[in-house]
Amino acid sequence: MTTAEQPIIQLKNVTFSDGDLTIINDITGSFPEGRITTLVGPSGAGKTTLFRLLNRLISPDTGEIVIKGKRIEEYNPIELRRKVGLALQSATMINGTVFKNLSLPLTLQGEELPEEEANELLEDVALGKDFLHRNIKDLSGGQKQKVSIARTLVNKPKVLLLDEITSSLDRVSQQDIEELIQKINQKYGTTIIWITHNLEQALSIGDYTWVMMAGELIESGESNLLNEPKDERVKRFVRGDME
Amino acid sequence: MSYLTLALSLVFVLIPIILSKTLNLGLEKDTVIATVRSIIQLLVVGYVLQFVFDAENFIYIILMVILMIFAATQNARKKGVSIKGITWKLITTYIVVEVLTQGILLGFGITPATAQYIIPISGMMIGNSMVLSILFLNRFTAEVESNQDKTELILSLGGTPKQAIHKQLITSIQASTIPTIESQKTIGLVQLPGMMSGQIIAGADPVQAVQFQLLILFLLLTAAVVTSVLLGFLSYPTLFNDKMQMVKIVEDE
Repeated sequence: MTTAEQPIIQLKNVTFSDGDLTIINDITGSFPEGRITTLVGPSGAGKTTLFRLLNRLISPDTGEIVIKGKRIEEYNPIELRRKVGLALQSATMINGTVFKNLSLPLTLQGEELPEEEANELLEDVALGKDFLHRNIKDLSGGQKQKVSIARTLVNKPKVLLLDEITSSLDRVSQQDIEELIQKINQKYGTTIIWITHNLEQALSIGDYTWVMMAGELIESGESNLLNEPKDERVKRFVRGDME
Repeated sequence: MSYLTLALSLVFVLIPIILSKTLNLGLEKDTVIATVRSIIQLLVVGYVLQFVFDAENFIYIILMVILMIFAATQNARKKGVSIKGITWKLITTYIVVEVLTQGILLGFGITPATAQYIIPISGMMIGNSMVLSILFLNRFTAEVESNQDKTELILSLGGTPKQAIHKQLITSIQASTIPTIESQKTIGLVQLPGMMSGQIIAGADPVQAVQFQLLILFLLLTAAVVTSVLLGFLSYPTLFNDKMQMVKIVEDE
């Protein structure tokens, strides 16, 4: 992406393969600091894999990832993962209550999450206080998704990687989450990178957009590009001729 | 027991073969192989033990123990092929179990330092340790595979590999040691242990046989817990690389 803004994350010729299958193919681009960038593209484009690379759950085969001017390898993995938070579509939970799940990031550091803070987080994601001591098994997919977002916020990340976090939410909850993410972005200057299959959402909340296909970054720039794509494949994708 | 009486005991092999044939269970071949193998293996061991007991040389005792550890490792390693360096982890575990149990027995003078005591007790300890390690490896690899998402969740939130695998490790240690602990609860009520039965049949005083059996039970308990814990803590680090990432699990061969 070519913008005048300061990049927080830069990728230089990043490639990642799983066996013979190339999932990320020679990607070069950057994400501006303090902005919301949406990531769109058909299934199998490598979007989630890109997130796993940025959270350093996996490492690229070739190329370089630079975060705040430092190569990703120079960071302690634990510190990096606390600063580059990841909320996946699967919203994996640990067994127990909502509070146990919300506390997890701090429990891992040997600290405790104050109950008031947990309640505030629940309110932020439009879940009431009465959810705090509910068993996670009793929550719907959408409610788990909200807990997952709140849990990622506990580490107060500088970069927030959100993978299809509103796909299982109803329209009202979706708007609540969009507002919350925008609030976090504005209040704390948190950089947001958001995978979405909803192009309207990408246009309305994203400052910038990346369009990925088959492991490649096809087009990137201000979100407006989705209205006037240059690449033929992106045009087809925007028209809905490609999934 | 004479060889003629022993030959008559083969009647007990014929029963499962006949049942298998009648009901088409397909167990005939395996039953015959198992019977032939057990006859050969036990007779060879009998003669070898006789030689070792007569020789009264410590080197032979050590060789026998090494042979047991080698055989146990060969058997158990198949269950842990997905864990890097499993062979050495198993060997280390069995050596620790053997040194620990024999160290206590010999060090406190509970049993005499003769082949007659060291070899059978080592056999029981290493054999039990082998079964425990198979149970542990089976469960641990299954737990790791089915909970990959939870492991990655903890890593992604800034947890250490040890924190990420803790639950799976503890579950596997518990699951593998439960049979040993549970069987001790009903021992004597449901079944008489093999060693004790053998001693009683051979004419030993039942109370003395019980005393020995209790000693073995407590040793087995130690061996069980030490095996699972040690193997667990030796195994889990190999599931992660130095970047604190999960290493892709290799499919069983």
